[in-house]
Amino acid sequence: MRVYQFTEQPYPDAWNDHQGSLRINLPNRRCDPHVAADLFHRYYDEWMLSDELGLDIMLNEHHQTATCMSSTAIVGLSVLARQTKRARLLVLGYPIGHRQDPLRIAEELSTIDVISRGRLDMGFIKGIPYEFAASNQNPVGVMDRFWEAHDFIIKAMISHDEPFNWESEHFHYRQVNIWPRPWQQPHPPVWSTTGTRSNARVLGERGYVMATLGTGYNTRALYDVYREGYMSKGRPAPGADRFAYLGLVAVATSEREARERGEQVAMYLRTSPIVHAPFRNPPGFLSVEDNARLLRGETPPRSYTKDRRVIEMRSASVQELIDAGILFCGTPDQVYGQLVEFCDYCGGMGNLLMMGHAGFMSHAATVDNLTLFAQDVMPRLKEYKQPEPAATAA
Amino acid sequence: MAAAPDLVAVRDIQIELIEQGAGRPLLFLHPGIGIEADAPVLARLAARRRVLAPTHPGFGRSELPKSFDTVDDLAYFYLDLLDQLDLRDVVVVGVSLGGWIAAEIAIKSSARISHLVLANPVGIKVGDREHRDIVDIFAITEDEFLALAYYNATAGKRDYKSLPDAEVKAAARNREATARYAWSPYMHHPKLKGRLHRITVPTLMLWGLHDRVLSEAYGRAYCDAIPGALFAPIASAGHFPHVEEPDQFAEKIFAFVGGS
Repeated sequence: MRVYQFTEQPYPDAWNDHQGSLRINLPNRRCDPHVAADLFHRYYDEWMLSDELGLDIMLNEHHQTATCMSSTAIVGLSVLARQTKRARLLVLGYPIGHRQDPLRIAEELSTIDVISRGRLDMGFIKGIPYEFAASNQNPVGVMDRFWEAHDFIIKAMISHDEPFNWESEHFHYRQVNIWPRPWQQPHPPVWSTTGTRSNARVLGERGYVMATLGTGYNTRALYDVYREGYMSKGRPAPGADRFAYLGLVAVATSEREARERGEQVAMYLRTSPIVHAPFRNPPGFLSVEDNARLLRGETPPRSYTKDRRVIEMRSASVQELIDAGILFCGTPDQVYGQLVEFCDYCGGMGNLLMMGHAGFMSHAATVDNLTLFAQDVMPRLKEYKQPEPAATAA
Repeated sequence: MAAAPDLVAVRDIQIELIEQGAGRPLLFLHPGIGIEADAPVLARLAARRRVLAPTHPGFGRSELPKSFDTVDDLAYFYLDLLDQLDLRDVVVVGVSLGGWIAAEIAIKSSARISHLVLANPVGIKVGDREHRDIVDIFAITEDEFLALAYYNATAGKRDYKSLPDAEVKAAARNREATARYAWSPYMHHPKLKGRLHRITVPTLMLWGLHDRVLSEAYGRAYCDAIPGALFAPIASAGHFPHVEEPDQFAEKIFAFVGGS
């Protein structure tokens, strides 16, 4: 199993007084650039440590928010491509349906791949609902634009012999011929995220790495749809390396200390949805059927424990989050046991996207969390044998 | 609720089309909130006209062609509808988004149009680059929208829990379709104002005075840009005067276009 250390690079001071919205319309006067500088350097230091500890690295971006100061993932990738030595660098992801210029994306990511000597994993994402107010991209039809941007970026990365033209619904280019071309051939691995069965099927058909977040003991159904899509193209059952899961991790030498750390990491779930209500569901982001259900006041449950209890992720206790496979928390033995149980349930899950820092967790606590995980959990996970793909798919 | 209207095909695109009354034709173009067959305004207008009230492609139960994403697409679609039904001397009436569509139709061709009536229309930009003319309805709650759009906010309140599935789904489609056509540039076409001089048919600008989605100054600027257009305020109504004052709405139109 690969383990990618992830933090949203939050600005937690803002959480103390946000007046109902941490995103989009929280005035940036509340951001002290000196505090932000210290935080950025600290987060990069923790990723440098992850590199030394044998962990991989995941970055993301959100916009106009104190929950995630990384508003342009290319900056973090640029710093880490040069400064780290061995970790894979996963960006999950680039909101390619929002961007005005996919040519620029192809150039940025190819350059990162070259500077890092082939360590880039490139995640392309639709983006969460709140991003549309910031990007001004029309949420209606964004997936059409997403797939056209995807097709263009891949074509730009794999075309080497002569410039090509592109004249389509969303993008127009002439003389496309990116320098440098990517290190990895034919292009860096493509990842994406989803929470829907229809999109899981599409990702399976394409064979891309599929990540889910917060799906806990509701994940298996999405993985199985992916498996169907993957095999529908004449391939054998997909291995565990095609699946990724974003889990919160809090490990400590004593259970009591681990639970306290778990409370700090859970602050991510408790603050992430704090946003002015109209930005939560822009038109066209959800299907008409889902929006009709919302108008009726019906909100389908998303998170379940292993014994099928429904939990509300943003208000759940640490114990409920552990039961739901959203938080992996305890001593190294306990965390190992929880992870293996979850992978077995998934029928194989080969990439843990580990949120090993969130909220007000201090640098010292983060270093301890990452070090303990790398030294006392990771070696056993490397030995762990994932469920046999063919048996899972049967 | 009224029975769902029949579907008709315009150049192979299936849309809902309400038809009521008899006489010279009146095309009613609905705002983003849609139109129901039992809307009082349609009955008032149908007392003296043959009213045709289509549901725009993508709204209600009307089909959405994959290539449609601008108000221009809707304007050409309705020019096709006028041709297909061979309608002549049509009074074209549009409210809010429907008014924008009506204006886009009239700048292209008024060959089949006798009069144009715009009621609290969106569609043009009059202010400076750092101020919206039109409240961003996607950045406010539904209750905030109702308070800004109506003279009496309860006039627009809908209890989705008690509505039939088809109507709730139509409401969800209406919101999505409004964004499809008007997300950005938000609720206007940057070139429309400079083309309004092409409107050569008599034009009436109806204005619900309590509209706080749009300002009266916006309505007057819109009116001034159309040669010879008349401005006719309606008291006790907001952004949707056809909902809050259907009698006045119909009477002012009849007074403008004359008897027959």
